[in-house]
Amino acid sequence: MIRLEPRANPSKTMVFLTPILAVIATMIAGGILFTILGKNPFEAIRIIFLDPLFNEQFASYARPQLLVKAAPLVMIALGLSVGFRANIWNIGAEGQFIMGAIGGAAVALAVHPLESVLLFPLMIIAGGLSGMAYAMIPAILKTKFNANEILVSLMLVYVAFNFLAAMVTGPLKSPIGYNFPESRNFQEYPSAHNAELIANTGLHWGVVMTLGLVILCYIILTRHIFGYRVQLMGQSPKAAKFSGVSPNWMIVICLGISGAFAGMAGLFEVAGPAGKLTTTFPVGYGFTAIIVAFLGRLHPIGILLAGLLMALTYIGGELAQFQLSLPAASIQVFQGMLLFFLLATDVLVHFKPRFEKRKTI
Amino acid sequence: MDFSSFSTLTFLATVMAAATPIMFAAIGELVVEKSGVLNLGVEGMMIFGAVCGFIAAVSTDSPTIGFIAAAVGGAGISFLFVILTQYLKANQVASGLALTLFGLGLSALMGHSYTGIKPPSSAKLSVDGLSDLPIVGRLIFGHDAMIYLAIFLILAVWYFLKYTRGGLILRAVGENHDAAHALGYRVTRVRTLAILFGGACAGLGGAYLSLVRVPQWTEGMTAGSGWIALAIVVFASWKPLRILLGAYLFGGVSILQLNLQAMGADIPVAYLSMAPYLVTILVLVIMSADRKRASLNAPASLGRAFHASS
Repeated sequence: MIRLEPRANPSKTMVFLTPILAVIATMIAGGILFTILGKNPFEAIRIIFLDPLFNEQFASYARPQLLVKAAPLVMIALGLSVGFRANIWNIGAEGQFIMGAIGGAAVALAVHPLESVLLFPLMIIAGGLSGMAYAMIPAILKTKFNANEILVSLMLVYVAFNFLAAMVTGPLKSPIGYNFPESRNFQEYPSAHNAELIANTGLHWGVVMTLGLVILCYIILTRHIFGYRVQLMGQSPKAAKFSGVSPNWMIVICLGISGAFAGMAGLFEVAGPAGKLTTTFPVGYGFTAIIVAFLGRLHPIGILLAGLLMALTYIGGELAQFQLSLPAASIQVFQGMLLFFLLATDVLVHFKPRFEKRKTI
Repeated sequence: MDFSSFSTLTFLATVMAAATPIMFAAIGELVVEKSGVLNLGVEGMMIFGAVCGFIAAVSTDSPTIGFIAAAVGGAGISFLFVILTQYLKANQVASGLALTLFGLGLSALMGHSYTGIKPPSSAKLSVDGLSDLPIVGRLIFGHDAMIYLAIFLILAVWYFLKYTRGGLILRAVGENHDAAHALGYRVTRVRTLAILFGGACAGLGGAYLSLVRVPQWTEGMTAGSGWIALAIVVFASWKPLRILLGAYLFGGVSILQLNLQAMGADIPVAYLSMAPYLVTILVLVIMSADRKRASLNAPASLGRAFHASS
């Protein structure tokens, strides 16, 4: 019989150890899944985790992709982690990502074909503000009307999807696009293009910005009073209130930050790797970022590592799809399992398992 | 716009069909929340039920077996949530999200070779004489069995919560788990059963989508229905009979916008498709605005983890 004994303080060792444990457990469970699908599990795991980095044939394509895919995940997850720490659950990052992309793209499309060095910074600001404004909807409805931010932010994802469809078939449709539902291609618009800074590295301005935000978040969350307040709000809202933290402001700020980050991530994506607004350009980064935030233990450095790992599974998943004809969804299952195991191993942080014989009463 | 194709009768009948998946999911979630557990994985359980039901119905050629498989599948996947939240004390919000993400992925994986197939059709009820009655005939006696089951389930849950000892225990566990534990009730067991029931209901709702409403399997076909079901529980102030109202309201809005699309309203389709989600937000705001009343109706232990101290 195993009994759980609460720990007086969360175990520091376990905080570091459990994500690793979860990854190992996911690999084992994933191996079983691949076996059921009739694939060689060792080969599949190798293709997903090692080939993107070390295989001669694929690495030249896959390595740059690592940064391209990790940047939006890390950027969104950083924003989400601030709210999650304070128990404010923005799960509509996908919607804010879309709105940021639309807002930023709209600025460029409005002034096209003007060339100016100021355009790209302006697009980033517009993207961030659009994402932030979109996140203000759940924030205001929560603070003014007490409406659950989880449900509102999620409903708004579906609204954003439809808004995107309306934009690419309406005002933002490319005039030279043969009536396809898509915007102009930003890769052909030098001032607005989020180009690779060093060829074949995948390094674009979004990656640089992401690294900057990791450092900024690290400082704010661990060294600044705001980080302390966020933590306090999460652990004891009452104590936070007594110490003068306004819960409503906290909600507005946390949702604002996560919305702005997601919005900027959307803009970098649409102006760079995606190239144009289409109805299929959002690929679920906003949802995967939730897993990244948890896997990274809501800590900026952890999120950076978790984002890279998750990007690896995306790229490896594509490789496996193409080499083993593994269904695309299996990587989604893989990512879902990772979150499950992570939450399951979480128990070790707060409880100590004790093995004992069943007492006879 | 062309109104000639519009018929109030067909409209009401389709509203009933559109409301059914959400009714199933919402009544299941209501029981779960009444026991003090917030399971945000409704969307995941629904879509998993949709795919289980679809596969079972196609391979056995029987919609009944499909629905049974969907209920079993929904309950099965919700057991993961039970393990996480009841035995490993994981955060309920995060676990629910995990369940949704996992369910969406797993269902896509399982259903991947089933796209484009037509499922066996479910028989509509037909009572001699009654179904042919003008107006009420089609509205009351002309549906498939699942619509009646959904309404019956709501009545049954209402009766169970209000008039039975089991319902009282369930509510006690949801209001104050420590007191219920002190009285000797098995908090974890009650919650486990409630979560499994919620999973089975969500599974049925999903299968109604894939077997009757659409009827087809497509990836991500629930399109937020599970989340809307969660919102409807709030709308219903955790009262079973109001689920009926909420689900019909939602069904009405979604069918209305489809009708407007079909009639060629002068609004782009994308804006019309937003309507159900916007109405859900609106309803949520209206119901939550009165803080006092909202907190009075919500189960007091909702979302709090329980760890027996002795």
